[in-house]
Amino acid sequence: MQEKVKVSGGTGLSEKDARSGKIFYTEDSLDCAFAWDTGVAINRYLVELKNGKIIAKECRQCNRIMLPPRMFCELCFVPSGDWVFVEDTGVINTFSICHVNWDASRIKKGEKPHLPAVIEIDGASEGMGIMHRLGEVDPDQIRIGMKVKAVWKPESERTSSITDIKYFKPL
Amino acid sequence: MRKVAIVGAGLTKFVRRALETPKELSFEAAKTALDSCGLSLKDVDCVAHGTAPDAFDGLHQNGEYMVDGCGGWNKPTMRVYVGGGTGVHAIVHGWHHVASGMFDICLVVCEEKMSSAMPHAQGFFLTIFDAITERDLKPNLLWIFALEMNRYMNRYGYTKEDMALVAVNNKKNGLKHPSSQFKDEVTVEDVLNSEIMAYPVSRLDVSPVSDGGGAVVLASESVARRITDKPVWIEGVGWSLDTAYWATRDLYYPRYTDTAARMAYEMAGIREPAKQINIAEPYDPFDYKALHHMEGLQLSPRGKTVELLRDGYFARDGNLPMCPSGGLLGVGNPIAAAGIMKVAELFWQLRGEAGERQVPGNPRLGVAQSWGDLMQVSSVVVVGN
Repeated sequence: MQEKVKVSGGTGLSEKDARSGKIFYTEDSLDCAFAWDTGVAINRYLVELKNGKIIAKECRQCNRIMLPPRMFCELCFVPSGDWVFVEDTGVINTFSICHVNWDASRIKKGEKPHLPAVIEIDGASEGMGIMHRLGEVDPDQIRIGMKVKAVWKPESERTSSITDIKYFKPL
Repeated sequence: MRKVAIVGAGLTKFVRRALETPKELSFEAAKTALDSCGLSLKDVDCVAHGTAPDAFDGLHQNGEYMVDGCGGWNKPTMRVYVGGGTGVHAIVHGWHHVASGMFDICLVVCEEKMSSAMPHAQGFFLTIFDAITERDLKPNLLWIFALEMNRYMNRYGYTKEDMALVAVNNKKNGLKHPSSQFKDEVTVEDVLNSEIMAYPVSRLDVSPVSDGGGAVVLASESVARRITDKPVWIEGVGWSLDTAYWATRDLYYPRYTDTAARMAYEMAGIREPAKQINIAEPYDPFDYKALHHMEGLQLSPRGKTVELLRDGYFARDGNLPMCPSGGLLGVGNPIAAAGIMKVAELFWQLRGEAGERQVPGNPRLGVAQSWGDLMQVSSVVVVGN
């Protein structure tokens, strides 16, 4: 496993140091709640995810098939045109094998690493990637350029979220 | 537009956890910068201020809180914020104030205190991802760097060992910087054996979490010549913000840096940057990022950068010294203040005042760059003496 190497540059405070009263500090926590509007384009994107499909939108001027779908093309700066269903397959543009959780805590022993990737979705314009996770794959076997396919949650468990796709697995 | 010079600079020490408050760090940096050129607050016409995310301090609209620490009380004071790009961008921002003819002396102050955010400042970056299409995937900030690093390395066949050479170079340079939070040299083996965080990113590929402040004083031409015999001129500025659909960009090349650099070079009348620039301070929160940015800054041909690095081209005594300050990897990364540190380094280097870190050969032109937001912004400043 990993060798414990020196990382100089000072010592951070841990939550334990704070709790045990080793330092003088004041504490506050922010409790913010938001009800975001999805907008029309992302609303349809999420609805179709629940249906087990990925939908994009086309720009009538540059003809890009844009994913995620958007109401305007940011390049041509014009309202976007038709809805276009794309495939639930794609190609790994890049990936990582991540041992750190979102809050910088480390994954526990025995837990599998996170496998984030940028996946270029088939049927969308070249280079149109989305961020998602990979699964059902040995991390050492992942390669840039690998073909992958979405693994969907069972219909009854879908909630109109990007996580209705559990992950992408190698084809 | 009027000519603008840097006439003074000051930094706090960069540390893992400062006992000072954000305001006190700002004060220390600003006061040091003013003292360095014999000015006092009453001489300052306006203040350009920068801190990165409000979330680090838990204070919304952080600029209001910070105003007293940066000498902005009852003066025209304005904050800019472009994430990690803030430091160099604050100088671009200050340049506008003086170049426009509105003000003669502008104090630019940046501060970052990352240690207050518990349990770790990284967690707050969850909220820079798209709220609806990305955040549910629970991304960590490291993801996007790891994805970019992997794409970059894959494109040109660079290895993790190649990238580690940058960490070794910058950390070695940083040992000579009085503000550095490090005291140990590292080897390529140290970097390769350090904890894997998000492959290909290991612990020592990354700059540390830091608290610190930095400031520079800008002056119009006639005022600058009264203040100092050695003004360092801002020859060019550039900045660019790329699309927030980050997964749609091909991450192997920093287009935003390319655009910003070309803008700054054009203003500075630089046609062949790789030949004309004597010192580079590319933004290096990660080792690969320094090389990625050198390519974007047109200072190294795409895909040939590792070759040049291995030939010693970017060493302190090489053709084009890279991060002679030590950079973020070698000095520390109090985000907005780190960008100021890079420009301050060029200021000292071009005046021949960099002491042990001095680059040989009387450097004449330098470029500093910072990068941030959702890996999409670059701010570039070209300075000359």
